[in-house]
Amino acid sequence: MKSPLSRRNFIKGGLAGTVAATLLKEKKSQAADFEGYPQGMGVLVDLTRCVGCRSCEAACNQEQKLPPPEKPFNDFSVFDEIEHGQKRRTDETRYTVVNRYDIPGQDHPLFRKIQCNHCQEPACLTSCFVNAYTKTPEGAVIYNAKVCVGCRTCMIACPFYIPTFKYSSAFNPRIMKCVFCYDTRLKDGKPPACVEACPQEALTFGRRSELIKIGQQRIRETPGKYEEHIYGEHEVGGTAWMYLSSVPFDKVGFDTHVPKEPILNLVKDFLGIVPMVLTIWPALFAGFHLLATRKDWLKGKTEDEHEEE
Amino acid sequence: MRTELLTRKKIVHTALALALGGVLLWVGPGRAMDAADAPETVEIDSLAKLYSGVHFDHAMHTDIASCGQCHHHTTGDKVTDPNCIRCHANSGEADIVSCRDCHSRDRFSREDLSRLSNPLLYHIDKPGLKGAYHLNCVGCHEKMGGPTGCEDCHGMTEAGERMFHTGKHAPAPTPAGGRSGH
Repeated sequence: MKSPLSRRNFIKGGLAGTVAATLLKEKKSQAADFEGYPQGMGVLVDLTRCVGCRSCEAACNQEQKLPPPEKPFNDFSVFDEIEHGQKRRTDETRYTVVNRYDIPGQDHPLFRKIQCNHCQEPACLTSCFVNAYTKTPEGAVIYNAKVCVGCRTCMIACPFYIPTFKYSSAFNPRIMKCVFCYDTRLKDGKPPACVEACPQEALTFGRRSELIKIGQQRIRETPGKYEEHIYGEHEVGGTAWMYLSSVPFDKVGFDTHVPKEPILNLVKDFLGIVPMVLTIWPALFAGFHLLATRKDWLKGKTEDEHEEE
Repeated sequence: MRTELLTRKKIVHTALALALGGVLLWVGPGRAMDAADAPETVEIDSLAKLYSGVHFDHAMHTDIASCGQCHHHTTGDKVTDPNCIRCHANSGEADIVSCRDCHSRDRFSREDLSRLSNPLLYHIDKPGLKGAYHLNCVGCHEKMGGPTGCEDCHGMTEAGERMFHTGKHAPAPTPAGGRSGH
Protein backbone atom coordinates (compact mmCIF):
# COMPACT_ATOMS: atom_id res chain seq x y z
CA MET A 1 0.00 0.00 0.00
CA LYS A 2 1.30 3.39 -0.92
CA SER A 3 0.33 6.46 1.08
CA PRO A 4 1.15 10.00 -0.14
CA LEU A 5 3.26 10.65 2.97
CA SER A 6 4.93 7.80 4.80
CA ARG A 7 5.70 8.12 8.48
CA ARG A 8 9.42 7.74 7.69
CA ASN A 9 9.39 10.56 5.19
CA PHE A 10 7.43 12.73 7.57
CA ILE A 11 10.03 12.30 10.33
CA LYS A 12 12.86 12.86 7.86
CA GLY A 13 11.34 16.12 6.68
CA GLY A 14 10.73 17.29 10.21
CA LEU A 15 14.34 16.61 11.21
CA ALA A 16 15.72 18.39 8.15
CA GLY A 17 13.53 21.38 8.90
CA THR A 18 14.68 21.55 12.50
CA VAL A 19 18.33 21.44 11.46
CA ALA A 20 17.73 24.18 8.92
CA ALA A 21 16.00 26.32 11.52
CA THR A 22 18.84 25.83 14.00
CA LEU A 23 21.40 26.92 11.40
CA LEU A 24 19.36 29.97 10.49
CA LYS A 25 19.08 30.90 14.14
CA GLU A 26 22.84 30.69 14.63
CA LYS A 27 23.37 33.13 11.80
CA LYS A 28 21.05 35.60 13.50
CA SER A 29 22.89 35.44 16.81
CA GLN A 30 26.18 36.14 15.04
CA ALA A 31 24.66 39.38 13.76
CA ALA A 32 23.57 40.22 17.30
CA ASP A 33 27.13 39.82 18.61
CA PHE A 34 28.26 42.66 16.32
CA GLU A 35 29.73 45.34 18.58
CA GLY A 36 29.98 48.16 16.07
CA TYR A 37 32.78 49.27 13.82
CA PRO A 38 36.03 49.63 15.84
CA GLN A 39 37.11 52.73 13.90
CA GLY A 40 33.69 54.36 14.21
CA MET A 41 33.63 58.02 15.18
CA GLY A 42 31.39 59.65 17.74
CA VAL A 43 30.75 62.77 19.77
CA LEU A 44 30.93 63.20 23.53
CA VAL A 45 28.47 65.86 24.72
CA ASP A 46 29.39 67.44 28.05
CA LEU A 47 26.29 69.08 29.50
CA THR A 48 28.36 70.95 32.08
CA ARG A 49 30.06 72.88 29.27
CA CYS A 50 27.02 73.83 27.18
CA VAL A 51 25.89 77.45 27.62
CA GLY A 52 22.84 77.22 25.36
CA CYS A 53 24.14 79.55 22.64
CA ARG A 54 22.41 77.52 19.89
CA SER A 55 25.41 77.81 17.55
CA CYS A 56 25.08 74.07 16.83
CA GLU A 57 21.47 74.56 15.70
CA ALA A 58 22.45 77.43 13.41
CA ALA A 59 25.40 75.54 11.94
CA CYS A 60 23.26 72.45 11.32
CA ASN A 61 20.60 74.50 9.58
CA GLN A 62 23.21 76.04 7.27
CA GLU A 63 25.15 72.85 6.58
CA GLN A 64 22.10 70.71 5.85
CA LYS A 65 20.36 73.49 3.90
CA LEU A 66 17.25 73.26 6.06
CA PRO A 67 14.43 75.81 5.78
CA PRO A 68 14.96 79.13 7.58
CA PRO A 69 13.89 79.08 11.23
CA GLU A 70 10.84 80.92 12.55
CA LYS A 71 12.96 82.76 15.09
CA PRO A 72 16.64 83.76 14.81
CA PHE A 73 19.07 81.26 16.27
CA ASN A 74 20.19 83.81 18.84
CA ASP A 75 16.63 84.18 20.14
CA PHE A 76 16.63 82.38 23.48
CA SER A 77 12.88 82.62 24.06
CA VAL A 78 12.64 79.25 22.26
CA PHE A 79 13.78 77.58 25.49
CA ASP A 80 10.38 78.44 26.97
CA GLU A 81 8.43 76.88 24.10
CA ILE A 82 6.28 73.92 25.06
CA GLU A 83 4.46 71.92 22.39
CA HIS A 84 2.00 69.18 23.29
CA GLY A 85 3.36 69.37 26.83
CA GLN A 86 6.91 68.68 25.63
CA LYS A 87 10.06 70.68 25.15
CA ARG A 88 11.20 71.33 21.59
CA ARG A 89 12.17 68.27 19.57
CA THR A 90 13.59 67.47 16.18
CA ASP A 91 11.28 67.84 13.20
CA GLU A 92 11.42 68.16 9.43
CA THR A 93 12.99 71.62 9.69
CA ARG A 94 15.62 70.89 12.34
CA TYR A 95 17.89 67.90 12.87
CA THR A 96 19.04 69.12 16.26
CA VAL A 97 17.63 71.22 19.10
CA VAL A 98 18.96 72.43 22.42
CA ASN A 99 16.64 72.51 25.43
CA ARG A 100 17.07 74.20 28.79
CA TYR A 101 16.55 72.34 32.06
CA ASP A 102 16.21 74.29 35.28
CA ILE A 103 17.60 72.12 38.04
CA PRO A 104 16.13 72.69 41.50
CA GLY A 105 18.85 73.78 43.90
CA GLN A 106 21.26 74.83 41.14
CA ASP A 107 21.74 78.48 40.34
CA HIS A 108 22.25 77.97 36.63
CA PRO A 109 20.38 75.74 34.20
CA LEU A 110 21.75 72.86 32.14
CA PHE A 111 21.30 72.59 28.39
CA ARG A 112 20.90 69.39 26.47
CA LYS A 113 21.38 69.01 22.73
CA ILE A 114 19.37 66.32 20.99
CA GLN A 115 19.94 64.79 17.57
CA CYS A 116 20.31 61.27 16.20
CA ASN A 117 22.57 59.32 18.56
CA HIS A 118 23.84 57.11 15.72
CA CYS A 119 23.38 53.78 17.53
CA GLN A 120 25.94 51.04 17.08
CA GLU A 121 23.03 48.75 16.20
CA PRO A 122 20.26 51.07 15.10
CA ALA A 123 16.65 50.05 15.67
CA CYS A 124 15.55 52.20 12.72
CA LEU A 125 17.83 50.15 10.47
CA THR A 126 16.58 46.86 11.91
CA SER A 127 12.97 47.87 11.48
CA CYS A 128 13.30 49.14 7.90
CA PHE A 129 12.13 46.48 5.46
CA VAL A 130 13.49 48.24 2.38
CA ASN A 131 16.96 48.81 3.89
CA ALA A 132 16.80 52.58 3.57
CA TYR A 133 19.20 52.93 6.52
CA THR A 134 22.92 52.17 6.61
CA LYS A 135 25.37 52.23 9.51
CA THR A 136 28.62 53.37 7.90
CA PRO A 137 32.04 52.24 9.17
CA GLU A 138 32.67 55.90 10.11
CA GLY A 139 29.83 55.63 12.60
CA ALA A 140 26.99 57.51 10.91
CA VAL A 141 23.49 56.15 10.46
CA ILE A 142 22.51 57.46 7.05
CA TYR A 143 19.27 57.26 5.13
CA ASN A 144 18.43 56.72 1.46
CA ALA A 145 15.26 58.56 0.45
CA LYS A 146 15.22 56.83 -2.96
CA VAL A 147 14.11 53.47 -1.57
CA CYS A 148 12.02 54.76 1.35
CA VAL A 149 8.35 53.90 1.01
CA GLY A 150 7.25 56.21 3.82
CA CYS A 151 5.98 53.52 6.21
CA ARG A 152 7.47 55.40 9.19
CA THR A 153 8.23 52.20 11.12
CA CYS A 154 11.66 53.70 11.92
CA MET A 155 9.96 56.55 13.77
CA ILE A 156 8.25 54.04 16.04
CA ALA A 157 11.34 51.82 16.34
CA CYS A 158 13.73 54.61 17.40
CA PRO A 159 14.16 54.54 21.20
CA PHE A 160 15.02 58.27 21.15
CA TYR A 161 12.14 59.50 18.92
CA ILE A 162 14.53 61.10 16.45
CA PRO A 163 13.50 60.34 12.82
CA THR A 164 10.73 62.65 11.69
CA PHE A 165 8.56 62.54 8.59
CA LYS A 166 8.33 65.31 6.04
CA TYR A 167 4.55 65.55 6.04
CA SER A 168 4.74 68.33 3.48
CA SER A 169 5.88 65.81 0.87
CA ALA A 170 3.87 62.72 1.75
CA PHE A 171 3.81 61.44 -1.84
CA ASN A 172 7.57 61.64 -2.13
CA PRO A 173 8.33 60.11 1.27
CA ARG A 174 11.24 61.60 3.11
CA ILE A 175 12.45 60.93 6.63
CA MET A 176 14.33 63.85 8.12
CA LYS A 177 17.06 63.13 10.64
CA CYS A 178 20.63 64.01 11.51
CA VAL A 179 23.07 62.11 9.30
CA PHE A 180 26.27 63.09 11.19
CA CYS A 181 27.04 65.39 8.19
CA TYR A 182 28.14 62.17 6.50
CA ASP A 183 28.09 63.32 2.87
CA THR A 184 29.62 66.72 3.40
CA ARG A 185 32.06 66.11 6.25
CA LEU A 186 32.32 62.81 8.10
CA LYS A 187 33.33 60.68 5.13
CA ASP A 188 36.29 63.06 4.63
CA GLY A 189 37.28 62.69 8.29
CA LYS A 190 35.90 66.08 9.29
CA PRO A 191 33.76 66.74 12.38
CA PRO A 192 30.08 67.55 11.85
CA ALA A 193 29.09 71.22 11.51
CA CYS A 194 27.60 71.45 15.02
CA VAL A 195 30.85 70.27 16.62
CA GLU A 196 32.88 72.76 14.63
CA ALA A 197 30.53 75.59 15.63
CA CYS A 198 30.49 74.86 19.36
CA PRO A 199 32.51 77.59 21.14
CA GLN A 200 32.68 75.73 24.44
CA GLU A 201 33.91 72.41 23.06
CA ALA A 202 30.87 70.93 24.77
CA LEU A 203 30.89 68.60 21.77
CA THR A 204 34.05 66.53 21.48
CA PHE A 205 34.50 64.64 18.23
CA GLY A 206 36.73 61.60 17.98
CA ARG A 207 36.93 57.85 17.71
CA ARG A 208 34.19 56.41 19.90
CA SER A 209 36.59 54.18 21.84
CA GLU A 210 38.77 57.21 22.65
CA LEU A 211 35.80 59.35 23.64
CA ILE A 212 34.94 56.78 26.30
CA LYS A 213 38.49 57.16 27.68
CA ILE A 214 38.14 60.96 27.66
CA GLY A 215 34.78 60.72 29.43
CA GLN A 216 36.23 58.39 32.06
CA GLN A 217 39.17 60.74 32.57
CA ARG A 218 36.86 63.73 33.13
CA ILE A 219 34.79 61.74 35.63
CA ARG A 220 37.86 60.43 37.47
CA GLU A 221 39.80 63.69 37.64
CA THR A 222 37.02 66.02 38.75
CA PRO A 223 35.39 64.07 41.59
CA GLY A 224 31.88 65.22 42.39
CA LYS A 225 31.44 67.13 39.16
CA TYR A 226 29.90 64.41 37.03
CA GLU A 227 27.43 61.58 37.38
CA GLU A 228 29.56 58.45 37.19
CA HIS A 229 28.03 57.31 33.96
CA ILE A 230 28.54 57.97 30.27
CA TYR A 231 25.07 57.88 28.76
CA GLY A 232 25.30 56.01 25.48
CA GLU A 233 28.29 53.83 26.36
CA HIS A 234 25.93 50.87 26.84
CA GLU A 235 22.41 52.22 26.24
CA VAL A 236 20.65 50.31 23.44
CA GLY A 237 23.91 48.48 22.80
CA GLY A 238 25.95 51.70 22.60
CA THR A 239 25.56 54.91 20.66
CA ALA A 240 28.10 56.99 18.74
CA TRP A 241 26.90 60.15 20.49
CA MET A 242 27.40 59.96 24.25
CA TYR A 243 26.74 62.29 27.16
CA LEU A 244 28.25 63.46 30.44
CA SER A 245 26.05 65.22 32.99
CA SER A 246 26.45 66.78 36.41
CA VAL A 247 22.93 65.74 37.47
CA PRO A 248 21.09 62.41 37.17
CA PHE A 249 20.29 61.84 33.51
CA ASP A 250 16.54 61.62 34.02
CA LYS A 251 16.61 65.21 35.37
CA VAL A 252 17.77 66.47 31.99
CA GLY A 253 15.32 64.62 29.80
CA PHE A 254 17.18 61.38 29.13
CA ASP A 255 15.26 58.11 29.04
CA THR A 256 17.10 56.06 31.64
CA HIS A 257 14.86 53.04 31.09
CA VAL A 258 16.08 52.14 27.62
CA PRO A 259 17.53 48.63 27.55
CA LYS A 260 21.30 48.14 27.80
CA GLU A 261 21.24 45.79 24.84
CA PRO A 262 20.44 46.57 21.22
CA ILE A 263 16.74 46.76 20.37
CA LEU A 264 17.56 44.04 17.84
CA ASN A 265 18.14 41.58 20.71
CA LEU A 266 14.56 42.04 21.89
CA VAL A 267 13.17 40.94 18.56
CA LYS A 268 15.82 38.54 17.32
CA ASP A 269 14.18 35.47 18.89
CA PHE A 270 11.02 36.36 17.06
CA LEU A 271 12.88 37.14 13.84
CA GLY A 272 14.74 33.82 14.20
CA ILE A 273 11.54 31.78 14.10
CA VAL A 274 10.09 33.56 11.08
CA PRO A 275 12.03 31.43 8.53
CA MET A 276 11.18 28.30 10.52
CA VAL A 277 7.51 29.14 10.53
CA LEU A 278 7.55 29.88 6.83
CA THR A 279 9.46 26.74 5.80
CA ILE A 280 8.38 24.05 8.24
CA TRP A 281 4.88 24.88 9.32
CA PRO A 282 3.26 24.40 5.90
CA ALA A 283 4.80 20.94 5.56
CA LEU A 284 4.14 20.07 9.20
CA PHE A 285 0.50 21.00 9.23
CA ALA A 286 -0.08 19.59 5.77
CA GLY A 287 1.34 16.35 7.21
CA PHE A 288 -0.96 16.48 10.24
CA HIS A 289 -3.88 17.12 7.97
CA LEU A 290 -3.00 14.23 5.69
CA LEU A 291 -2.48 11.86 8.65
CA ALA A 292 -5.74 12.92 10.22
CA THR A 293 -7.68 12.44 6.98
CA ARG A 294 -5.84 9.26 5.90
CA LYS A 295 -8.56 6.94 7.09
CA ASP A 296 -11.22 8.88 5.20
CA TRP A 297 -9.00 8.89 2.17
CA LEU A 298 -8.34 5.14 2.38
CA LYS A 299 -12.00 4.53 2.98
CA GLY A 300 -12.90 6.59 -0.06
CA LYS A 301 -10.31 4.75 -2.09
CA THR A 302 -11.58 1.27 -1.16
CA GLU A 303 -15.15 2.37 -1.83
CA ASP A 304 -14.03 3.54 -5.25
CA GLU A 305 -12.36 0.18 -5.85
CA HIS A 306 -15.57 -1.63 -4.79
CA GLU A 307 -17.62 0.55 -7.13
CA GLU A 308 -15.25 -0.17 -9.94
CA GLU A 309 -15.68 -3.90 -9.35
CA MET B 1 85.29 88.10 -8.78
CA ARG B 2 81.67 89.04 -8.73
CA THR B 3 80.31 85.68 -7.56
CA GLU B 4 82.87 85.53 -4.77
CA LEU B 5 81.92 88.99 -3.62
CA LEU B 6 78.27 88.04 -3.59
CA THR B 7 79.02 84.96 -1.55
CA ARG B 8 81.02 86.94 0.98
CA LYS B 9 78.20 89.46 1.23
CA LYS B 10 75.75 86.65 1.81
CA ILE B 11 77.86 85.18 4.58
CA VAL B 12 78.12 88.55 6.34
CA HIS B 13 74.37 89.07 6.04
CA THR B 14 73.59 85.66 7.40
CA ALA B 15 75.96 86.13 10.31
CA LEU B 16 74.39 89.48 11.13
CA ALA B 17 70.89 88.05 10.94
CA LEU B 18 71.84 85.16 13.19
CA ALA B 19 73.45 87.47 15.73
CA LEU B 20 70.42 89.74 15.79
CA GLY B 21 68.04 86.79 16.01
CA GLY B 22 70.09 85.35 18.84
CA VAL B 23 69.80 88.56 20.83
CA LEU B 24 66.04 88.73 20.22
CA LEU B 25 65.43 85.09 21.10
CA TRP B 26 67.87 84.96 23.99
CA VAL B 27 66.21 83.78 27.16
CA GLY B 28 68.17 84.42 30.30
CA PRO B 29 68.26 81.72 32.97
CA GLY B 30 65.89 82.19 35.87
CA ARG B 31 63.91 84.89 34.12
CA ALA B 32 60.94 85.70 36.31
CA MET B 33 57.93 86.79 34.38
CA ASP B 34 55.52 89.05 36.13
CA ALA B 35 52.40 90.88 35.09
CA ALA B 36 54.37 93.99 34.22
CA ASP B 37 56.16 92.09 31.41
CA ALA B 38 52.86 91.15 29.84
CA PRO B 39 51.14 93.11 27.09
CA GLU B 40 48.58 95.74 28.02
CA THR B 41 46.07 94.45 25.51
CA VAL B 42 45.80 91.40 23.29
CA GLU B 43 43.86 91.25 20.05
CA ILE B 44 42.30 87.79 20.01
CA ASP B 45 41.18 87.57 16.42
CA SER B 46 42.94 84.66 14.74
CA LEU B 47 39.71 82.62 14.64
CA ALA B 48 37.29 85.49 13.96
CA LYS B 49 34.69 84.48 11.41
CA LEU B 50 31.13 84.56 12.72
CA TYR B 51 32.05 87.03 15.43
CA SER B 52 34.66 89.77 15.31
CA GLY B 53 37.82 89.41 17.37
CA VAL B 54 38.06 90.27 21.04
CA HIS B 55 39.96 93.33 22.18
CA PHE B 56 41.25 91.78 25.40
CA ASP B 57 42.27 94.12 28.17
CA HIS B 58 45.10 91.99 29.54
CA ALA B 59 46.28 94.57 32.08
CA MET B 60 42.85 94.80 33.68
CA HIS B 61 42.67 91.01 33.99
CA THR B 62 46.11 90.73 35.61
CA ASP B 63 44.77 92.97 38.37
CA ILE B 64 42.00 90.51 39.26
CA ALA B 65 43.57 87.14 38.48
CA SER B 66 46.95 85.51 38.86
CA CYS B 67 48.84 84.54 35.69
CA GLY B 68 48.42 80.84 36.41
CA GLN B 69 44.64 81.06 36.49
CA CYS B 70 44.68 81.38 32.72
CA HIS B 71 48.19 80.33 31.70
CA HIS B 72 48.28 77.15 33.86
CA HIS B 73 51.89 76.26 34.77
CA THR B 74 53.57 78.18 31.94
CA THR B 75 54.31 81.46 33.70
CA GLY B 76 56.10 79.93 36.65
CA ASP B 77 53.15 80.27 39.05
CA LYS B 78 52.70 77.32 41.38
CA VAL B 79 49.85 75.13 40.22
CA THR B 80 47.09 74.20 42.65
CA ASP B 81 44.94 71.77 40.66
CA PRO B 82 45.61 68.29 42.16
CA ASN B 83 45.68 66.78 38.67
CA CYS B 84 48.31 69.25 37.47
CA ILE B 85 50.46 68.99 40.61
CA ARG B 86 51.13 65.33 39.84
CA CYS B 87 53.57 66.41 37.11
CA HIS B 88 53.84 70.18 37.20
CA ALA B 89 54.52 70.83 40.89
CA ASN B 90 58.02 72.01 40.06
CA SER B 91 57.57 73.07 36.48
CA GLY B 92 59.34 76.33 35.95
CA GLU B 93 58.41 79.00 33.52
CA ALA B 94 57.83 77.71 30.01
CA ASP B 95 59.19 79.18 26.80
CA ILE B 96 55.73 79.50 25.40
CA VAL B 97 52.89 81.13 27.25
CA SER B 98 50.45 82.10 24.52
CA CYS B 99 47.25 80.03 24.19
CA ARG B 100 47.69 79.24 20.51
CA ASP B 101 51.10 77.64 20.99
CA CYS B 102 49.56 74.74 22.95
CA HIS B 103 45.91 74.71 21.93
CA SER B 104 45.37 73.58 18.38
CA ARG B 105 43.33 75.81 16.09
CA ASP B 106 42.54 72.85 13.83
CA ARG B 107 40.95 70.81 16.62
CA PHE B 108 39.30 67.58 15.40
CA SER B 109 41.20 67.58 12.12
CA ARG B 110 42.62 64.21 11.14
CA GLU B 111 46.11 65.33 12.25
CA ASP B 112 44.88 66.64 15.58
CA LEU B 113 42.95 63.44 16.32
CA SER B 114 45.88 61.22 15.42
CA ARG B 115 48.16 63.31 17.67
CA LEU B 116 45.77 62.81 20.57
CA SER B 117 45.41 59.08 20.01
CA ASN B 118 49.03 58.51 21.04
CA PRO B 119 48.72 55.87 23.79
CA LEU B 120 51.55 57.47 25.80
CA LEU B 121 49.88 60.87 25.89
CA TYR B 122 48.32 62.06 29.14
CA HIS B 123 46.69 65.22 27.75
CA ILE B 124 44.19 63.34 25.55
CA ASP B 125 41.50 65.89 26.37
CA LYS B 126 43.27 69.16 25.61
CA PRO B 127 40.72 71.60 24.16
CA GLY B 128 41.35 73.31 20.84
CA LEU B 129 42.07 77.03 20.69
CA LYS B 130 38.42 78.12 20.43
CA GLY B 131 37.41 75.79 23.26
CA ALA B 132 40.33 76.92 25.43
CA TYR B 133 39.41 80.60 25.07
CA HIS B 134 35.72 80.10 25.79
CA LEU B 135 36.08 77.53 28.57
CA ASN B 136 38.63 79.72 30.32
CA CYS B 137 36.87 83.06 29.83
CA VAL B 138 33.22 82.01 30.21
CA GLY B 139 34.01 79.63 33.07
CA CYS B 140 35.63 82.44 35.10
CA HIS B 141 33.08 85.06 34.05
CA GLU B 142 30.30 82.85 35.37
CA LYS B 143 32.02 82.54 38.74
CA MET B 144 33.11 86.18 38.99
CA GLY B 145 29.96 87.73 37.57
CA GLY B 146 31.62 88.92 34.37
CA PRO B 147 29.70 89.25 31.09
CA THR B 148 28.66 85.89 29.61
CA GLY B 149 26.54 86.80 26.57
CA CYS B 150 28.14 86.05 23.19
CA GLU B 151 27.94 89.64 22.01
CA ASP B 152 29.11 91.06 25.33
CA CYS B 153 32.65 90.24 24.20
CA HIS B 154 32.51 90.17 20.41
CA GLY B 155 30.01 91.54 17.90
CA MET B 156 28.50 89.33 15.25
CA THR B 157 29.80 89.66 11.71
CA GLU B 158 27.82 89.60 8.48
CA ALA B 159 28.66 85.89 8.09
CA GLY B 160 27.45 85.30 11.63
CA GLU B 161 24.17 87.10 11.03
CA ARG B 162 23.60 84.97 7.94
CA MET B 163 24.22 81.74 9.83
CA PHE B 164 22.14 82.73 12.87
CA HIS B 165 19.36 84.19 10.68
CA THR B 166 19.45 87.38 12.67
CA GLY B 167 19.99 91.10 12.09
CA LYS B 168 19.22 91.83 8.47
CA HIS B 169 18.90 88.09 7.81
CA ALA B 170 16.19 87.70 10.47
CA PRO B 171 13.15 85.66 9.39
CA ALA B 172 10.08 87.66 8.42
CA PRO B 173 7.59 87.78 11.28
CA THR B 174 5.12 84.91 10.92
CA PRO B 175 1.36 85.51 11.14
CA ALA B 176 -0.13 85.00 14.58
CA GLY B 177 -0.29 81.41 15.65
CA GLY B 178 3.37 80.63 15.21
CA ARG B 179 4.30 77.11 14.23
CA SER B 180 1.71 75.28 12.19
CA GLY B 181 0.66 71.98 13.70
CA HIS B 182 1.67 69.23 11.32
